[in-house]
Amino acid sequence: MNVICKKMLNDQLSKMNMNYELLSVNEIKIREELSTQQIKELNSTLKEYGIEVIENQKNALVQKTKDTIVDMVYNEDNLPAVKISSYLADKLNHSYGYIANLFSEVTYTSIENFIILQKIERAKHMITNSDLTLTEISHKLNYSSVSHLSNQFKKTTGLSPSVFQKIIVKRRNSAANS
Amino acid sequence: MQHDPLFILLADDDEDDRLFFKEAFDEIKMKTKVHTVNDGVELMKYLNSKDVVLPHILFLDLNMPLKSGLECLKEIRETKALKDLSVAIYSTSGSEEDIEKTFVKGANVYIKKPNDFSTLKRVLSEVISINWQYHTSGLNKENFLLSI
Repeated sequence: MNVICKKMLNDQLSKMNMNYELLSVNEIKIREELSTQQIKELNSTLKEYGIEVIENQKNALVQKTKDTIVDMVYNEDNLPAVKISSYLADKLNHSYGYIANLFSEVTYTSIENFIILQKIERAKHMITNSDLTLTEISHKLNYSSVSHLSNQFKKTTGLSPSVFQKIIVKRRNSAANS
Repeated sequence: MQHDPLFILLADDDEDDRLFFKEAFDEIKMKTKVHTVNDGVELMKYLNSKDVVLPHILFLDLNMPLKSGLECLKEIRETKALKDLSVAIYSTSGSEEDIEKTFVKGANVYIKKPNDFSTLKRVLSEVISINWQYHTSGLNKENFLLSI
């Protein structure tokens, strides 16, 4: 996948005669000022491949923050031993205060709330797509107890995990019957 | 940092309610652009018009004459171009049965209409903030349920 993606980026960017460097699969450094026309062209070319261009560095840092959080929530082996604030600061090379302020400014939510939202999203997925019990799910997501997970679920969605599950099952059934 | 304003569509037959909602959106931190329609028929005509700009979220009153909120919701979910639209239903009823029924029919958000203005502001602000996360962070819309 990465290989195909890099090859495609190399092909397209050279076609546009750009002076660039691939830093990673999702980061490109362009060593010249682009005209509005060139930026448009770049956006539309990459869009055909389902790639979205994040142009400024602030947005890029917010995106990296999100990616790091999602990675943390979805790979339980990656859970950092240190506090999340120092983990993010270390990983993203900025002070936590700066990252947190920028994050709220761009996303309309705080890092703390975003982490909770991601954890609850993963819990929702496991509740509706696996046979795991709520206790097992709470362990996987590193909650101290099943009631801690239940409370946070209810606080975030307004619904208890069991009512949530019931609604999704009913919806799927009515979709299957129509 | 500059954002394009969030585009909000509001369908309510009550003029006072429309005014309250608009005032509440004016006072919350996120920049919004609010368009209103007065009933369900007008709503569906708007959503199905050619070259329509779809809102980031639709706030839909449950009790409207001509075409109710639930009927609109059903049509929206049956229309291919509209089935991913975020729909927030609001109603004076807070019964668990009504809430569940509305979610099963495809609503994303169920709002029990608050009686005071400051609660309304807090509720609307929370709804559009969470909707924004679904919109920008690639979360699974199927699991977007919020009862508030």
